[in-house]
Amino acid sequence: MSVERRKFLKLAGLAALGVAGGATGRVLAEDSPAVDTTPARASDTDSPRAPLTAKRWAMVIDVTKCREQANCNDCQAACHVTHNVPDFGNPKDEVKWIWKESFEHAFHDQENEHLPEELKNTRTPVLCNHCDNPPCVRVCPTQATWRREQDGIVMMDWHRCIGCRYCVAACPYGSRSFNWRDPRPHIKQIQTEFPTRTRGVVEKCTFCEERLVRGQLPACVTACKHGALVFGDLEDPSSDLRKLLAERFSIRRRAGLGTQPEVYYVL
Amino acid sequence: MLEHALRGDKRYWSWVIALMALIGAGVLFYLRQFNEGLGITGLGRDVTWGFYIAQFTFMVGVAASAVMVVLPYYLHNYKAFGKITILGEFVAIGSVIVCMTFIFVDMGQPFRIINVFLYPTPHSMMFWDTIALGGYLVLNIIISHITLGSERKGVAPPKWIKPVIILSIPWAISIHTVTAFLYAGLAARPFWMTAILAPRFLASAFSAGPALLILFCFILRKFTKFDAGREPIQKVAQIVTYAMAVNVFFVLMEVFTAVYSSMPEHVSHFQYLFLGIEGHGNLVPWMWVSVILGIISLILLIVPRTRQNEQILILACVMVFISLWIDKGLALIVAGFVPNPLSYVVEYVPTLPELGISAAVYAMGLLIVTGLYKIALSVRKQLG
Amino acid sequence: MHNGGKIIIGLVIFLVLITFPIWYNVANDRAGYSPEIEKAARGENCVRDSAWMRAYHMDLLNEWRDQVVRQGSRFESAAGGAAYEKSLSSTCLSCHENKDKFCDRCHDYLGVDPYCWDCHIVPKEVQP
Repeated sequence: MSVERRKFLKLAGLAALGVAGGATGRVLAEDSPAVDTTPARASDTDSPRAPLTAKRWAMVIDVTKCREQANCNDCQAACHVTHNVPDFGNPKDEVKWIWKESFEHAFHDQENEHLPEELKNTRTPVLCNHCDNPPCVRVCPTQATWRREQDGIVMMDWHRCIGCRYCVAACPYGSRSFNWRDPRPHIKQIQTEFPTRTRGVVEKCTFCEERLVRGQLPACVTACKHGALVFGDLEDPSSDLRKLLAERFSIRRRAGLGTQPEVYYVL
Repeated sequence: MLEHALRGDKRYWSWVIALMALIGAGVLFYLRQFNEGLGITGLGRDVTWGFYIAQFTFMVGVAASAVMVVLPYYLHNYKAFGKITILGEFVAIGSVIVCMTFIFVDMGQPFRIINVFLYPTPHSMMFWDTIALGGYLVLNIIISHITLGSERKGVAPPKWIKPVIILSIPWAISIHTVTAFLYAGLAARPFWMTAILAPRFLASAFSAGPALLILFCFILRKFTKFDAGREPIQKVAQIVTYAMAVNVFFVLMEVFTAVYSSMPEHVSHFQYLFLGIEGHGNLVPWMWVSVILGIISLILLIVPRTRQNEQILILACVMVFISLWIDKGLALIVAGFVPNPLSYVVEYVPTLPELGISAAVYAMGLLIVTGLYKIALSVRKQLG
Repeated sequence: MHNGGKIIIGLVIFLVLITFPIWYNVANDRAGYSPEIEKAARGENCVRDSAWMRAYHMDLLNEWRDQVVRQGSRFESAAGGAAYEKSLSSTCLSCHENKDKFCDRCHDYLGVDPYCWDCHIVPKEVQP
């Protein structure tokens, strides 16, 4: 190739990059006229029912009330139906937001051969702990998961998630699930009030924030007939949650890791 | 200079076409994965990162290893490396592209990767990894283009390239450090949460990478007229020796702290790898092969008589590469997930599509290195 | 110019081929064709007026997405009082029930394939 042709091609390439870069920059910087610059309020006064609000949402699971119900799966059933959680039928692809785990696996750092039999055989619900210092939030490269300042919920944005599964690796509780396949065909009864997710994104419990804003408690809490799930504001000393924690000894899962989980278990 | 990659003899084109066939097969597998989801791999809820991320981790090390020939030549004027720095830089380019491609094929929503740049997140190590790898790629492209171009014109390279080359040295260290940071800061995965992870990564990178470079030099000597020379190859072999010794030492350190402390969350992963847990142990034979190859190769490298024998050196380099590939490209990532955070043991086996896609990504890397080496050799042949 | 004749002929053929969509549609009286979309099954007014929506509905949906998901602000008051949910499935599709006769008509004609529907449910498709 002659020197002039090389120079021309190089210049043309750089010019094309420049034009493409400029066009991209313009598109990205463009403010659409639809932009609503009024700051949005976190808890809507426009909501049809008064929303439930808190400074920090937390949950206490009363294992003594749950342990008697060996065959009860109401919390998981309610959650998974409400949120269109798919059932892929095999443990490899499994997606679950809340489920019952044996004591030995939920609290394996509390290994103790001489625990009372009833505790050893206990199965207790486990779910995302909505940590105050969440490692999953720390590692997410796009802020597709973040901790809400206003109420402590660790949220998911399924539009932004790139499916890297870094958060799954970072979660010490195994609370997060990835959609290894298209979930739609595997949802038994699709609820139209809540979207499904698509293959390639991570999902987990969001403390039913879409129900809280409508003045409803989380689906699992409402579904539990035995009152084992207590949900409330940790920063409100008069909440049932705080009263329960003041009266009974509680533990949290893997508390030594510094994640500050906000799901407490009273045994 | 690029046109040199488009001219070659029958052997050259047979090799290129073979690689392209592998790439083509991989593209078909990837289309299936893109449509059906990552469920067609062996990955699952418990072992969520596997073969792809392990290859990424291993190849970041190979990419960083270019610094082992660049540093002596540019910082300490070790003239003997003059002919092979370009080979190291081209391996770096090919490796970084392979790394980025392995990340791409592992993503659940690959076309959203731009979100990492639209929403920069300084508290995420993955954000810094993309910056580090991208920057390293750009650095190596600029450096190799300018130095080879100057060599072709028969002039000294422009003065401004020297600080760029010097920058590439700490940058090479940083790419593998930040990759180690991806894993080493996770309290959830005690197998990775060790301060020595980044040093271990660097030690194994500086063994496997230069070992690969030595093998490439011997391949070039066999199939082309390019001979790197005995002295440069021997010097790189010495570098591999020291790096491998440090690497083996670091591994022993890891084993000591885990096993002596007898903390279950640390011991369990080593137990899974080397002995198996509850009948689950599909990596056990691989680990012992890696140990044996590692020890034998280290001895062959340490003893001057065997290191200086080129046939034995080739064998030792192959063993080093395989041993470290098993360690980083199979064991490290998977064992971080077994047992899982609830102490269940769930194993992982890559599937055929997964391996097919991975083979294609490696073939693409080899194709890039082949093309770049062809350019370098053709330029030098023209100079006489 | 070497081979000037061949080049010019080639250029003319190229221009004719590349402008095919324009002259073919003009010749068949389809210039200015607009797909017919079904009117909303219920509701007096949309949350914004039609002309604006035609141009900017995607921008509105993106705004809603960020407000609902990232800021937790799920409801908005229409001018004139009633609060409505900022939701494609629950609000937009509650009036524009038939996606295939509304949304898809323009989208298909223009070759636009938004992936919103991968996750956002079309209620009529699930509960006919």
